[in-house]
Amino acid sequence: MTANAHVLSDSATMLRRNLRHMQRYPSLTLFMIGIPVVLLLLFVFVFGGTLGAGLGGVSGGRDRYLAYLVPGILLLTVATAAQGTAISVAMDMTEGIVARFRTMAISRASVLTGHVVGSVIQTALALVVVMGVALLIGFRPTTGPLAWVAAAGLLALTSLALTWLSVALGMSTRSVETASNLPMFLMLLLFLGSGFVPTQTMPDGLRWFAENQPFTPIIETLRGLLLGTPIGDSGVIAVAWCGAISLVGFLWARRLYEREPAHR
Amino acid sequence: MSATAAPPAIHAAGLRKSYGTQVVLDGIDLDVPEGTVYALLGPNGAGKTTTVHILSTLIAADGGRVEVAGHDVDRDPDGVRAAIGVTGQFSAVDRFLTGEENLVLMADLRHLGRAEGRRRAAELLARFDLVEAARNPVSTWSGGMQRRLDLAMTLVGDPRIIFLDEPTAGLDPRSRRTMWQVVRDLVNDGVTIFLTTQYLEEADRLAGRIAVLDHGRLVAEGTPAELKRLVPGGHVRLEFADNGEMEKAARLFPGASRDDESLALLVPSDGGVGALRSLLDQLEHASIDVDGLSVRTPDLDDVFLSLTGHADTEKGAA
Repeated sequence: MTANAHVLSDSATMLRRNLRHMQRYPSLTLFMIGIPVVLLLLFVFVFGGTLGAGLGGVSGGRDRYLAYLVPGILLLTVATAAQGTAISVAMDMTEGIVARFRTMAISRASVLTGHVVGSVIQTALALVVVMGVALLIGFRPTTGPLAWVAAAGLLALTSLALTWLSVALGMSTRSVETASNLPMFLMLLLFLGSGFVPTQTMPDGLRWFAENQPFTPIIETLRGLLLGTPIGDSGVIAVAWCGAISLVGFLWARRLYEREPAHR
Repeated sequence: MSATAAPPAIHAAGLRKSYGTQVVLDGIDLDVPEGTVYALLGPNGAGKTTTVHILSTLIAADGGRVEVAGHDVDRDPDGVRAAIGVTGQFSAVDRFLTGEENLVLMADLRHLGRAEGRRRAAELLARFDLVEAARNPVSTWSGGMQRRLDLAMTLVGDPRIIFLDEPTAGLDPRSRRTMWQVVRDLVNDGVTIFLTTQYLEEADRLAGRIAVLDHGRLVAEGTPAELKRLVPGGHVRLEFADNGEMEKAARLFPGASRDDESLALLVPSDGGVGALRSLLDQLEHASIDVDGLSVRTPDLDDVFLSLTGHADTEKGAA
């Protein structure tokens, strides 16, 4: 079909549109960077002394907790960005211009692809800033450049998965308010994992859940790639989760986009 | 005119659409010849927007066949989309971009190429008197300017068939006239226009053919003149200073109805200049003194009253 011949150029056009939105209205981006930075500082300087002592070992304390916390905070950054994506997608779907796109001979996937690629770029930006702050307050990765590249790759993959999911979530609602609340469960899920405290300290039922939910293998893999802790089969499980979430999010979002607009 | 040779730009047969138990379109047949203006006239809730949405591939019909520019809307929606432009009731502009960026966005999506896209954007900004504000975000523009940009965006790809859903609703009289002129210019270039409106006057001024939609059915279809013949209610109201003059006039126009209380006579008339002149000539000839004169032309209320037996009670509700 004529429309499908232009998937790439149409997606690039839509990406330009989304990047221009972000550039012109940076408050959402700043919010997405601000939340993880504030939580990082809060956890390290307010809770860090006590939590670090609980991690055991001799060096103990704040620095030890900082090292433990960073992978979780990086993932929190990805989750916060996903929340921003859901909000901007929900806002966009209420705009008349999307109805116009539907009556034009353009690749149908391009509207969604533009959002996803734009959001992943935005997330990468946020991750760089958060990592910069972590380094500034004393975080020191112990592994080599190759492992860092692998960590960046895993974060990109996670971002892709959560972004497709939030694009679908953003489209599934009719109001921006609902969309902004939907990805809250991602935040909650993060705290019910190994991001902030080791799962061994949790009661049995909760511990089982924490160890088998998608964020924990991703965090454990990141921790291994940045600090040299054992990864085991977490890496494979993490990549599998990312692939599965991406696929579900993609298929769901596409179906929602094909759906007829609401009758007004 | 070779109306028989050219295939219709839009052909619909037996179009049906329901939302739940609410029947919105109940078997609509339409044939719009190429290069003409076709007006779909009706009150709010008649199904005008739903019709435009189906013809422009935005939603699917429950039944019936639709061909636009020779393409079936179900089997080849992209073929339809490549030929049409749509300006809906709600501003289809990107409020976060500038006017110029909006037009370039459309040019990019029509794959016009960078230089041609910019040239086309500049040309349309000039044509719609938007050059001054072109570099400001559209969210800071007035409603009328956004409407003009909306139409300009529709024209970027030079569509052969354009759908205008209530293009002048909420516009001030000057913007309305500008919009009418744009429509006339487009038709002169051979473009087919399908427009919906609540205003008989608008349909009358622009359209070659008018279809009247009410509760999901076409209750009348024809040229504006044909339609107006179906509509009684147009008259000239003559007012007199005294009863004697009125009696003389009543003998002159036996078909007139009289309003004795206010010494007025209602003479049936289409309100046109020719009819008025002949009426005044007759009065002059019979040396009848007329105190006041006013013309009442049929409006949408009359159309609906006579075609459907109920008044258009919802007019102006939105």
